[in-house]
Amino acid sequence: MGDFNYESIDTVEYDVLREIGNIGAGNATTALSQMLNIKIDMKVPNVDLLNFQELPNMFGGPENLIVGILLTLEGDIDGMMMFMLEKNSAHHIVNVLMGRSLTSVDEFTDMDKSAMNEIGNIIAGAYLSSVSMLTNMQITSSVPYMAIDMAGAILSVPAIEFGKVGDKALVIKTQITENDVEIDGYFVLIPTIEGYKKIMTSLGL
Amino acid sequence: MGNMVKVGMADFNICHAPDAITTLGLGSCVGIALYDPVKKIAGLAHIMLPDSKLVKNNENIAKFADTGIDACIDMMVKAGASRMRLTAKIAGGAQMFAFGSNNDMLRIGERNTEATRQKLKQLGIKILADDTGANYGRTIEFYPETGDLLIKSVGKPVKTI
Repeated sequence: MGDFNYESIDTVEYDVLREIGNIGAGNATTALSQMLNIKIDMKVPNVDLLNFQELPNMFGGPENLIVGILLTLEGDIDGMMMFMLEKNSAHHIVNVLMGRSLTSVDEFTDMDKSAMNEIGNIIAGAYLSSVSMLTNMQITSSVPYMAIDMAGAILSVPAIEFGKVGDKALVIKTQITENDVEIDGYFVLIPTIEGYKKIMTSLGL
Repeated sequence: MGNMVKVGMADFNICHAPDAITTLGLGSCVGIALYDPVKKIAGLAHIMLPDSKLVKNNENIAKFADTGIDACIDMMVKAGASRMRLTAKIAGGAQMFAFGSNNDMLRIGERNTEATRQKLKQLGIKILADDTGANYGRTIEFYPETGDLLIKSVGKPVKTI
C-alpha cells in the first residue's frame, strides 16, 4: 500500500468505518446519557472524505457557534477525536450537570468549562475504548482541549494537521439529538492515513 | 453595494470595487488582503500552512503562505493590478486550543503569521495593519472601495483596520 491514498477507499471500507463510528458513538452516547440521566438518540454515522472548504459545512457552516472539545490520538491509531456541541446544547448540558435552571444561557464559567472538558474526556474515552476493543489496538488520547468559537476557526486545527499530508480529511461523524431539549452534537473521529491503514489491517481488510 | 466574493479555506480570489471579498471563520489560518488602491482591486488569500517547501504533498498552492500569496498576486496582476502599488492587511493566526508546550500544533497560528510577514517583506509589500494571534476565530471582509478590513469575532465588537 505504498502509494495508498484516501481516494481509493471502496464501499466495503466505508461500511467498516461507518460501523466503527456506530460502535464508538453508541458507547459514547450511552455514557453521556447516563451522566445526564436523559435519553439521547444517535443518528446513523456518516463517513465522508472532505475537502477543507467543505469541512465546516458539515457542522452548520463556518460561522456557526460551537463548543469543540478536541483530543489528539496516539498509539496504534494516530489522529484526532472531536466532540462538538451546538452552543445552546452545551448550555443545556452544563445546566443539567450543575443543577441550574435549564433555560440559563449565561456566559460559561470556569467551572462550566472544566465540566465540559470532563464530559469530553469521559465520552471520548467511551468512544475510543470501544474502537480499541473492536480493532484490538491500543489508542491513547491526550487531555481534552476546549474552544468555544466559530466552526470554521475550530476546524482549522484538524484541517491544518491534515493539510500537512493531503488535501482531504476522512471524517467519521455521528450526530446525536435529544428531542425535548434539542441536544445537537457530533462525535468526530479523524484518523491519519497511517491510522486508517492500521484500522483496516487489524480488521483483515 | 456590490457582491460579496467568498474565499474558502486553502483558497484565494480577487474582486473589484464596489464588490467586497470575505473569508469566514479564520482560526489558525491567516487571511491576507492585498490591495491596489488605484485600480481598486483586492485579492484575498486564506492560507493554512507556512511553507510549501516543508511539505511533500504541496500541489495545492493556495494552502501555503509562500505559494498562496504569489498565486493571489499573479491573479491580481492579470486583472490589471500593479505589483508596485500593492499593500496588505493581515488577520488570523490564532491559537484555538491551549495545547501543552510539547505539542507541535501549539505554534501553528504564530508560524503562519510569521511566514506571511516574511513573504510579504520579501516581496516588498507593506503591511498597513494587522490583527493576528490571540485565541479566537475571525471572519474578515475587505472593501476595495475604501481599503477597509472588517474583523468580526464572537462576542466582540466589529473591528475595522
